[in-house]
Amino acid sequence: MNSVFGRVWLAFGYAFLYIPIATLIVFSFNESRMVTLWGGFSTHWYHEILHDAELIDAFLTSLKIALMTATASVVLGTMAAFALVRYRSFFGRTVFVAHINAPLVVPEVITGLSLLLFFVACEKAFGMFSERGIVTIWIGHTSICTCYAAVVIQSRLLTMDKSLEEAAMDLGCQPLQVFLLVTLPLIMQSLVSAWLLTFTISLDDVVTSSFLNGPGVSTLPIVIFARARLGLNPTVNAVATLSVVVVSIGVLAGSLWMARNERRRAQEQAAAYREGMQGIELGISKAGA
Amino acid sequence: MIAFKQRWRHGWGRRVVIGVPFLFLVLFFSAPFLVVFRISVSDSIGVRFQDLLAWTDGTLTLRLKFANYLFLTSDPVYILTYMSSIGFAGLNTIICLIIGYPFAYFMARSPAAWRPALLMLVSLPFWTSYLLRVYAWKGLLDDDGIINNLLLWLHLIDTPIRMMHTARSMMVGMVYTYLPFMILPVYANLVKMDTRLLEAAADLGAGPLTTFWRVTVPLSMPGIIAGSMLVLIPSIGEYVIPELLGGPSTLMIGRVLWDEFFRNVDWSMASAVAVSMVVLILIPLAVFNHYQTRGAGRSGGA
Amino acid sequence: MQPNAAGDANFLRVERLTKRFDEVTAVDEVTLSIARGEIFALLGSSGSGKSTLLRMLAGFEAPDSGSIFLQGVEISGLRPYDRPINMMFQSYALFPHLTVTENIAFGLKRHGLPRARIAEQVERMLTLVQLKPCARRKPHQLSGGQQQRVALARSLALEPKLLLLDEPLAALDRKLREQTQFELSNIIKRVGVTCVMVTHDQEEAMTMADRMAVMSSGQVLQVGRPNEIYETPNCRFVADFIGNVNLFDGTLEEDETDHCIVATPHGRFYIGHGITGVLGQSLTVALRPEKIELQIEPPADTSVNCLHGRVAERAYFGASSLYRIQLDTGMRLQVSVPNTERHSGLMAVGSEVYATCAPDSMVVLTQ
Repeated sequence: MNSVFGRVWLAFGYAFLYIPIATLIVFSFNESRMVTLWGGFSTHWYHEILHDAELIDAFLTSLKIALMTATASVVLGTMAAFALVRYRSFFGRTVFVAHINAPLVVPEVITGLSLLLFFVACEKAFGMFSERGIVTIWIGHTSICTCYAAVVIQSRLLTMDKSLEEAAMDLGCQPLQVFLLVTLPLIMQSLVSAWLLTFTISLDDVVTSSFLNGPGVSTLPIVIFARARLGLNPTVNAVATLSVVVVSIGVLAGSLWMARNERRRAQEQAAAYREGMQGIELGISKAGA
Repeated sequence: MIAFKQRWRHGWGRRVVIGVPFLFLVLFFSAPFLVVFRISVSDSIGVRFQDLLAWTDGTLTLRLKFANYLFLTSDPVYILTYMSSIGFAGLNTIICLIIGYPFAYFMARSPAAWRPALLMLVSLPFWTSYLLRVYAWKGLLDDDGIINNLLLWLHLIDTPIRMMHTARSMMVGMVYTYLPFMILPVYANLVKMDTRLLEAAADLGAGPLTTFWRVTVPLSMPGIIAGSMLVLIPSIGEYVIPELLGGPSTLMIGRVLWDEFFRNVDWSMASAVAVSMVVLILIPLAVFNHYQTRGAGRSGGA
Repeated sequence: MQPNAAGDANFLRVERLTKRFDEVTAVDEVTLSIARGEIFALLGSSGSGKSTLLRMLAGFEAPDSGSIFLQGVEISGLRPYDRPINMMFQSYALFPHLTVTENIAFGLKRHGLPRARIAEQVERMLTLVQLKPCARRKPHQLSGGQQQRVALARSLALEPKLLLLDEPLAALDRKLREQTQFELSNIIKRVGVTCVMVTHDQEEAMTMADRMAVMSSGQVLQVGRPNEIYETPNCRFVADFIGNVNLFDGTLEEDETDHCIVATPHGRFYIGHGITGVLGQSLTVALRPEKIELQIEPPADTSVNCLHGRVAERAYFGASSLYRIQLDTGMRLQVSVPNTERHSGLMAVGSEVYATCAPDSMVVLTQ
């Protein structure tokens, strides 16, 4: 079951995953407008997108929203995760849990639609949210991303040694200090993961953004989606290539950094163990002599 | 003797930590649903439920327009679409499982030095925008897409093969998008599995195939379930892939809702569809969850 | 071990402390007095309530009823960070993201001490536990024994009125444990802090503690010095829990001021003191394995304190041998014999033996 069959399966699997991405990249350098017929090597599509005002505007908008969403989601998600893990029973806990889990399960078309109708209704009743744009999209993204962040952070909080927080309290920390000085540093890695995850989700989001945007406000995915619907477009290929390159660098850097940390840690632990063993041996030999 | 529970009253900090996210989600997740429900049972957009009540001549009347819901149940299109969505989602899950499980299995069984790299290569598509990846398939499957052009160039065919806007093209897109979501949880589960259990099985006389079916697969069940849920549930409400790659034959509830809203501008109809969808998704899930926690409670208490 | 330091005998007082978790009463109306400067052990198996009691002293659990007094002041309502009590956790709970120095200084910083004082105190602590060369390391760069010493230093840094130890030696391997037992109690005595420790290991309790309490099912069964508890248990449970013991159930046959006789199915026991009981009442005689002598020839008087049987099993421990004698009545008697001579013949399995004991070697239990 192992060697050959396994390797073949993996090879085909990776090919399946990567060939479409590869075609995107290859045809972004295509001379001709026809995305799928090779006309020669050219980088002029990249020049095009650098002067494409609509695209650049949309990209900056997406970036702004994603930064705001990720930050807000991580803050709210950390609070929610903390409440779920550390506060075993409080009034309304079941409803709270339902609120954390439901957005992950309900399709985006529905959450997008309901939020839009909510904003419209609020506009009619209270005059709020009359201008739909960055703020409304941000709210929509955050309400979904908070739950993703909560799930990621929750799993880390569960594995964290609770006695560390107790030790901090024992040594004189008030609850808030315990969180800031002990808990936060220890869950920091999961906060970073949650931030990156929610940033990516917000940056790539199409459906919620489409429901909640207003006149003149467009996000990058909305623009790309509109162009893709009309047909194949080499500017999309160029954007895709840049996106893949940035993501690859990020994923590569992240993996290498984590692997290096793991290795260093294992080495240090092994060294400490060896030292401890030597100490015992010395102790025994000394006692014997 | 002073009651001790009183003295250890929970501070304001706790209330803030629970309250802030709770309030945010209630305001921007549940409250909208109530609004949607209200819209679905009336003719107008409004947030005040009082508008549904009228007091005339000493009689209190509650006016609920159920016409939308009746229309839903009478017109077979909606039911068909919902069934079709579940069907496609289920098919997607099964295909992802068939391709993804062995993939994760071989990843987990490969030499330890390779695993970080293999994992990274699966994560990369996961982090890349799915919109772009679906678009890539458009480029591949179109009538004058890459595959057709390649086959024409190799003179294997004379006229382009119709691949786009069919159920097949949509399924390819779905599987492609959701495959990492199946592989990653299953891999995480398999890689943590205690290989000594496999050694024990071999020691007791089980051949490789028996060991696989009777030890590995049952033990990886949590990973399989996690992966399946991550694929199945979002697939039901998927919009982008059916829109870009699917066609008139691929009825998906996401598209129906979108079209109802953006094209027909029938907001109360869209609301009714939305409410029915939520009910039809959340209820089976609540039941599933109930059995899940009951089973966990039974087996967990040792 | 060492006699109690002169001082307040009620330095820490626990009165009728009770804690329930759902249906289970973890700690049941426990009352204890602990003297200043002594090392007090709570000994019991898991579920005995000892850990819950410790956590209530630390402030991590709120009692359902009862009070805790430290130097006469009731502290039961105080949160852990307000109590002048520090705890050394079983897992050490060292902050992984801080160095050894920062770990020890942690509590000092929270109490707002000036920088110079903190540095000075950390120095003292590091010297006390002999870890100065490791000052800049992080916990994962330390061995198990070193981590424990950091944990101890950290909990002593604030000079608490009461030190709590949660299974201090449980995480160490055997060789290290023996070494550490003495080091630990030496440091604590040198500092002079009152200490309450929790353990399930009798050896740990008996070697380290000045006094100990045996707990079971949330209640304290007996409190006293280790030798008192070992030699004079007050009930079957305690006799059986600590060390090995042979228990004989019987009835009171004779009871005078200077002796009593208990008749059991296995033999009659002559005990060198009276017990002011009722003739015919049910009693148990407890006899420790090391108090029994084995001989091949029958003793002069076989009517009392003499049991006859055959050697069924023998376990050789190097320093001593543990025999299991199958008595004529079927009961298995445990006898521990020190191997005082290098080549003395060990009694062979199957050989006939007589087991005898002195009148003052037994304890009569009424519970």
